[in-house]
Amino acid sequence: MSENKTLGHQDPAIPGMDQEGEKLATEHVSDDTIKPAGHNTDGGVKGDPSRAGRPTSYKVEDFEKLTGREEDWRFTPLKRLGGLHTEKLIGEAPAVDVKAPAGVTVETVSRDDARIGTAGIPEDIVAANAWSNFSEATVVTVEKEQELTERIDISINGKGEKLGAQHILIETKPFSKAVVVLRHTGDAVLSQNVEFLVGDSSELHVITVQQWEDTAIHASAQYATLGRDSKFKHVNISLGGDLVRVTPSTKFAAPGAETEMYGLYFVDAKQHIENRLFVDHSIPNCKSRVTYKGALQGKGAHSVWVGDVLIGKDADGTDTYELNRNLLLEDGPRADSVPNLEIETGLIAGAGHASTTGQLDPEHLWYLQARGLSQPEARRLVVRGFLNEIIQQIRIEDLEAELTDALEAELALGNN
Amino acid sequence: MSTLEIKDLHVSVILDDENTKQILKGVNLTINSGEIHAIMGPNGSGKSTLASTIAGHPKYVVDSGEILLDGEDVTEMSVDERARAGLFLAMQYPVEIPGVTMSNFLRSAKTAVDGEAPALRTWTKDVKAAMSDLQIDPDFISRNVNEGFSGGEKKRHEILQLELLKPKFGILDETDSGLDVDALKIVSAGVNRAHEKNDMGVLLITHYTRILKYIKPEFVHVFVDGKMVDQGGPELADRLEEEGYVSYVGK
Repeated sequence: MSENKTLGHQDPAIPGMDQEGEKLATEHVSDDTIKPAGHNTDGGVKGDPSRAGRPTSYKVEDFEKLTGREEDWRFTPLKRLGGLHTEKLIGEAPAVDVKAPAGVTVETVSRDDARIGTAGIPEDIVAANAWSNFSEATVVTVEKEQELTERIDISINGKGEKLGAQHILIETKPFSKAVVVLRHTGDAVLSQNVEFLVGDSSELHVITVQQWEDTAIHASAQYATLGRDSKFKHVNISLGGDLVRVTPSTKFAAPGAETEMYGLYFVDAKQHIENRLFVDHSIPNCKSRVTYKGALQGKGAHSVWVGDVLIGKDADGTDTYELNRNLLLEDGPRADSVPNLEIETGLIAGAGHASTTGQLDPEHLWYLQARGLSQPEARRLVVRGFLNEIIQQIRIEDLEAELTDALEAELALGNN
Repeated sequence: MSTLEIKDLHVSVILDDENTKQILKGVNLTINSGEIHAIMGPNGSGKSTLASTIAGHPKYVVDSGEILLDGEDVTEMSVDERARAGLFLAMQYPVEIPGVTMSNFLRSAKTAVDGEAPALRTWTKDVKAAMSDLQIDPDFISRNVNEGFSGGEKKRHEILQLELLKPKFGILDETDSGLDVDALKIVSAGVNRAHEKNDMGVLLITHYTRILKYIKPEFVHVFVDGKMVDQGGPELADRLEEEGYVSYVGK
């Protein structure tokens, strides 16, 4: 182990902020290769570094071919996308198996169903490729005022399906409450769009788990649109797969809503796990918290975390904070971490971000070893402690226990 | 009956990749089970280095000399082996460990030191009783190790571990610093309990004589510039109380 690297910065408040607002984008400068495409681009200018200017479209043909130099692809090894960005996604997709309690409607609908697209719109070619090519969507609706006591389980178990497109929409009607576990296992090459339409005063808690086999390739664009006074909690856990790229976003449709977005990733040798978040604060008086933690071990382990927060000029009273912490368990892995905060108004309650990447603190190990714990035990305890903050957010006992075991198994794989 | 012997110990601190600095310059000390020794000295004399070296902090290198626990060379052991062999360092600045609860930590440490997990029922009772003796709020058991604890709370937790892990020798590194009188009494009572119940040998490292009102040493050593310069009984502490270290440091 060489030096203890600590990168990144900590900006708990906004220095020098006035009522005019100020742009605090962090190195969000592209190679000028992003071009506006298709519709919804009226704000978009060529090479606009603002997140607001990023091209969006439901149609794959509206996007330029990827070169790998694009801002949102610059960390992704395109060769390992398995053709998700180049091939027409008309292969088979893994089955979507939904188990839901009473008070929930589960439907399989055709692609022209009016609800499709109400919560999201693709921002990249891989998501648009899935959107352009899926044949049927799974729609799960939690009926109004239903406060579910049992969770909804959505299992996606791949059996080696290649180049599939998948579409899932989950809607909570006003004043309902639901917990949804979206679980990915097995093997597949899959691009997926998942929409969450969170109704007024409803609460939706989503846990998405990517626990693929080593060969799987998965791109998942997840979009939440939040109604008035609604609450959304998203816990995103990636453990397995060759390349897993999840892009969760929250958009506020009306004031008073809150989003909490948590993530945990454990990256082993040769794995690429990427999370790109976007919180779009264009509505006043909404609150967001983003907390992602990752542990990496082994040669070629690569994690990417990008957290974009955009506070629009009308978003008075916004309260946001995003945090990413990475723990390098040995020499060899690489963690990229880029928080971006763009602020167009100063009339906010708070905005900040922090990003740290480092190795285990030797003083932590010293303390535990001085109490008799062997070095491997001490390391495990510290890493478990580090990741536990996210596991605790699941609030489902059996799933927490299962994922804790999975993390133990990951730790046992390394030289820890 | 156990013995901790320190013989002609020379120790350097690692400053960076290339530089070290000698701190201990030939320390000799023998402690038997049940004895209480106070090591007193001015700031910067190397008292804390001695404590950390016995426990095996990686920042310190033993240049020569020996530390023997019942004849076994401690300097050959890893940090955790020393703890399991019966050495305990109550730290001056215990670190906070996020995400690791006190309850999990205490149980893991007890299991490691004893070589087997403690019986659940008696363990829970023992922990509760020890916490209550030290006037630690029961809620602290579910908090993360030292996280958000005040200085006094951290010290009480060090003594809690001392009482629960039952080491052969307890080394207290400036345990009295930063404690108000009430906390000092509580902490001292904990050390005295561990001393009486477990026949623990105590090495009390301190700058001030204040704690010696509550923990009574049989042996007092004066430590200046990396070695012992004087020793005696409790009366030596009284003299230091009145005169300070002036006659030893020559200022």
